[in-house]
Amino acid sequence: MSVRCICVVMQLAARGQCVKTAEEANRTEPEVNTAKDSSMALPEFLGKAELLKQGAEARVYRAQFLGKPTIVKERFKKQYRHPVLDEKLTHRRTVQEVRSILRCRRAGISAPVVYFVDYTSHCIFLEEITGSATVRDHITSAQQPDSCPDPQLERLAQRVGQILAKMHDEDVIHGDLTTSNMLLRLSPEDGESDLVLIDFGLSYISALPEDKGVDLYVLEKAFLSTHPNTEALFEKLLKSYAASSKKSSAVIKKLDEVRLRGRKRSMVG
Amino acid sequence: MTVVIGFEGSANKIGIGIIRDGEVLSNPRRTYITPPGQGFLPSDTARHHRAIILTVLKEALEQAGLKPADIDCVAYTKGPGMGAPLVTVALVARTVAQLWGKPLLGVNHCIGHIEMGRLITKANNPTVLYVSGGNTQVIAYSERRYRIFGETIDIAVGNCLDRFARVIKISNDPSPGYNIEQMAKKGSQYVELPYTVKGMDVSFSGILSYIEEAANKMLSSGQCTAEDLCFSLQETVFSMLVEITERAMAHCGSQEVLIVGGVGCNLRLQEMMGVMCKERGAKLFATDERFCIDNGAMIAQAGWEMFRSGQVTELEDSWITQRYRTDEVEVTWRN
Repeated sequence: MSVRCICVVMQLAARGQCVKTAEEANRTEPEVNTAKDSSMALPEFLGKAELLKQGAEARVYRAQFLGKPTIVKERFKKQYRHPVLDEKLTHRRTVQEVRSILRCRRAGISAPVVYFVDYTSHCIFLEEITGSATVRDHITSAQQPDSCPDPQLERLAQRVGQILAKMHDEDVIHGDLTTSNMLLRLSPEDGESDLVLIDFGLSYISALPEDKGVDLYVLEKAFLSTHPNTEALFEKLLKSYAASSKKSSAVIKKLDEVRLRGRKRSMVG
Repeated sequence: MTVVIGFEGSANKIGIGIIRDGEVLSNPRRTYITPPGQGFLPSDTARHHRAIILTVLKEALEQAGLKPADIDCVAYTKGPGMGAPLVTVALVARTVAQLWGKPLLGVNHCIGHIEMGRLITKANNPTVLYVSGGNTQVIAYSERRYRIFGETIDIAVGNCLDRFARVIKISNDPSPGYNIEQMAKKGSQYVELPYTVKGMDVSFSGILSYIEEAANKMLSSGQCTAEDLCFSLQETVFSMLVEITERAMAHCGSQEVLIVGGVGCNLRLQEMMGVMCKERGAKLFATDERFCIDNGAMIAQAGWEMFRSGQVTELEDSWITQRYRTDEVEVTWRN
């Protein structure tokens, strides 16, 4: 980590600006709090960080930030896209990601803490969920070949349903629900694991049952294509969603509609 | 040696191809072209296919230098597609199979595209982007199925392009998509359009409604040219396609992409996909119009794989269906 970067960030942190940056993104124009100085040193900082993976739209790094284990999500310029479209999408998604995380956390839904946002380089500094595994890996390792129902997996599916219901009741649409975007964090005290939602890059705020229905439809497709023969498990998830959300009946009705759109669509050549 | 003849006619193309153990012996094709501003209707398309199918069949056999006795299996498109054209082609396939005393095989059209792409490009286990007038799907193979990870939740990308072409009366000869591609090369001004990606899924109906409403107004007020609109539409919808393909690759940990289907021969789409692949150290596989656009050889190739793994379709089961999803087929020829 460069000395300069640390300095700037420490000063900001001392004044409580890191947190403020993220919070303010929720209300005012986000550019106001862009830390221009830190962005100068950012490439250096990322150069020393550990590149974890390159997702669909961002590079994900692991680093130490103010002594805390941190994930940095860098939305780099996509060369295949028209520059105008690229800038629009990248900026909007950075803003939305931070906004939705805050909204979820305020509602008591586990999501990583936002430490810092840089809107110039489109970087988000997030709490690293240490000691966690993706729900995807968990299902893959727990699923038995003869596909007899596993009570532990069923409990997990119910938990996912409850949390998604809560998120939708807050009018947060995740936009990219997959089992890779849900983490299980084992809590050291009671051994119970905490479900953490991540990757809100395609999220937005909407109260429409249509948007919530599509959100579930996206999950259903990703779930069933990633985990073959889990139809019954996903059914459990939906049941628990329906039971937990006050507004679920309109959403489930929309989900049925969207499914038909996909399946019964005329498919020519 | 196994020789399979394939009959394809699920939309406005009629094609018959012959494959012998991975070698394309012949692959003639005809296209039913409608006047600018008009799409192709099922009954007219079927009439076109009926009128020409025996000529195409004769060509396929002559170019391959084969007699009916040399053929081991007759494959035809079972679906998905337009009902009337599918019925027409299946009827001819059924007839020649009985005349020649050969087994029949009903093939899923989408699987035909995938297997043809794999044969031509030698891609091993790619993430497949299947884009055409009727389909938009991101597919990956696992556990004996081609699983659909992402797809359009409303209309297909090719349908969006075709219908846009009708709005501003772009010619359907040789295809609306080809003409949009050529016009887009002369466009320079980027007009902002809706951009709708939902995880690994996409939606095109909003873009189409928007551009249907706005196109003629923008053109008559001189705000932009038809070329600019073609350019902007391509940049927008192709960005969406590349994005969901990349998301599926990241999700599946895949390092190969194969583009198939009629829209897949668009060079701008291939170029954008190539840039994305380079950014993540992946490899792109694509084919040209001979094999991207619907053709008989692709049905023969999928049929060849199925036949070799022991499948045949009995006469009483040789029906067609307009709706036939890619993931309904058990892939018996891969492990």
